[in-house]
Amino acid sequence: MSLTAIANQGTKVSDPARPQIAFSNVTLDLGGKIILENISLDVNPGEFLCIVGASGCGKTTALRLAAGLYQPTSGAVTFDGKPMLAPRRDIAIVFQDYGKALLPWRTAAGNVSLALEASGVASSSRSARINELLKKVGLPNHAGKYPAEMSGGMQQRLQIARCLAQEPKALLMDEPFGALDAMTRQGLQDEVLSLARASNATVVFVTHDLEEAIYLGDRVIGLLPHPGRIGIELKIDLPRRRDQLTTRENPQFLALRRQLFDFIKASEP
Amino acid sequence: MIPERAKAFVLPVATLVVLELWARATHLQSDSLAPPSAIAVALAEAFQDGSILVATRDTLVSAFAGLLVGGAVGLTLGMALGIFRIFDRLMEVTIEAIRPIPSIALLPIALIALGFGYRMEIVIVAFASVWPLLILSRAAVGAIEPRLLEVSRALRLSPLDRVRKIVIPAALPRIFLAFRLAAGIALIVAVTVEIAINPIGLGAAIMTAQQALRPDLMLAYLVWIGIVGYGLNAGLVVAQRHLFGRAALAGDVA
Repeated sequence: MSLTAIANQGTKVSDPARPQIAFSNVTLDLGGKIILENISLDVNPGEFLCIVGASGCGKTTALRLAAGLYQPTSGAVTFDGKPMLAPRRDIAIVFQDYGKALLPWRTAAGNVSLALEASGVASSSRSARINELLKKVGLPNHAGKYPAEMSGGMQQRLQIARCLAQEPKALLMDEPFGALDAMTRQGLQDEVLSLARASNATVVFVTHDLEEAIYLGDRVIGLLPHPGRIGIELKIDLPRRRDQLTTRENPQFLALRRQLFDFIKASEP
Repeated sequence: MIPERAKAFVLPVATLVVLELWARATHLQSDSLAPPSAIAVALAEAFQDGSILVATRDTLVSAFAGLLVGGAVGLTLGMALGIFRIFDRLMEVTIEAIRPIPSIALLPIALIALGFGYRMEIVIVAFASVWPLLILSRAAVGAIEPRLLEVSRALRLSPLDRVRKIVIPAALPRIFLAFRLAAGIALIVAVTVEIAINPIGLGAAIMTAQQALRPDLMLAYLVWIGIVGYGLNAGLVVAQRHLFGRAALAGDVA
């Protein structure tokens, strides 16, 4: 039985009492330009939240705020109730440009090792962990390869493996499959779903692909541009066990797609 | 047919042959020129009595010692300037004021302070070697992929680890390139100091041959300095490939 099948049978764990990631009235002003305005958003533990929006609407910026890479101009971002003043090791970020986010002078194993070294994992137990993580993302036989010797899909898997090495409570993904071909992208969508379920991590997934957002998410947020603000929030009540064919043919899926498509179209000038 | 690789040698060999024929035909008597055969004989003699080896040792010791001292200073300063922007702004005017001073202009001061010999030459070579490493390692740190620095922030690497595991490996190919440039400069400056004033090494040997009206020996030293410089660079290129084959991919340095 594949990992996907096992993971999709799990149930969603959420604690509505306390959100894991919370934006309260967050405004971000970068050099006199308001990028995000008055964003309030709760992400529950274990939730899979997707953020969509037209180009330049601040999707990526919102993710960077959640990561602690930016600080809000006003309002607050909290994680487990504590203010996010700096990045945390239990929040992992998957960047879109995997080619730039990996260390080209380290092998696949070495790149995963970086996260373990950062967490202070003893060198004796690293190699077992590395093998386990590479296996988890489907790269068990590529430990000795350098990123330059790997395809785009493999490099993105490697970045995901490095993020999983952080044992994150939250996984922030910034258009992670935007640069990949359609087939690779679908395969990775299912793997991310199964990995997220297996690890129980909260996922915030930024994408410009509306179908991808509906397919993956428990909830989809649509941002309006200039300045970035929340324009639509859709609860995705599709059966949790998603399937590339049946889910995408589900009438509910198609209705959601229409709704989101109309929203994005209306948001563009 | 001439093999492809040998074509590069056609012109130099032809030039040598023409020079030799011309020198013999005109029974060349000159204080500045000598037939190639006489130069080769002088070179062989200099090897036989060991004088050229001693001179080569003196020049290379000074050049390398200066390169190591100056390179270490330049590298440390350059990395620090690249990492700490405040330090960079603080030092900018000072560095730009000192850098244009030709290293040879320090000769009178160095001579008074240190006298003839290795020390004075090493100091001047070191001064000249600081700049390529300082400027290029500062630029190399500045050119590190910002995404990698973000990754190191997201992983909360300690400042030391950030430098050890991200900054240095990412900057290494460019730093090695800077080292190669500095090595060339170090040899030039060492020989210049010797020609100008310091009575050791290859530069001084050229001057002695000139004053002894031995153009053959003078040109033999000139040829030898060319060979040493070529060998130095070739050795460093090979070392670069072997040491940083993988890292070289990282820094866009072909």
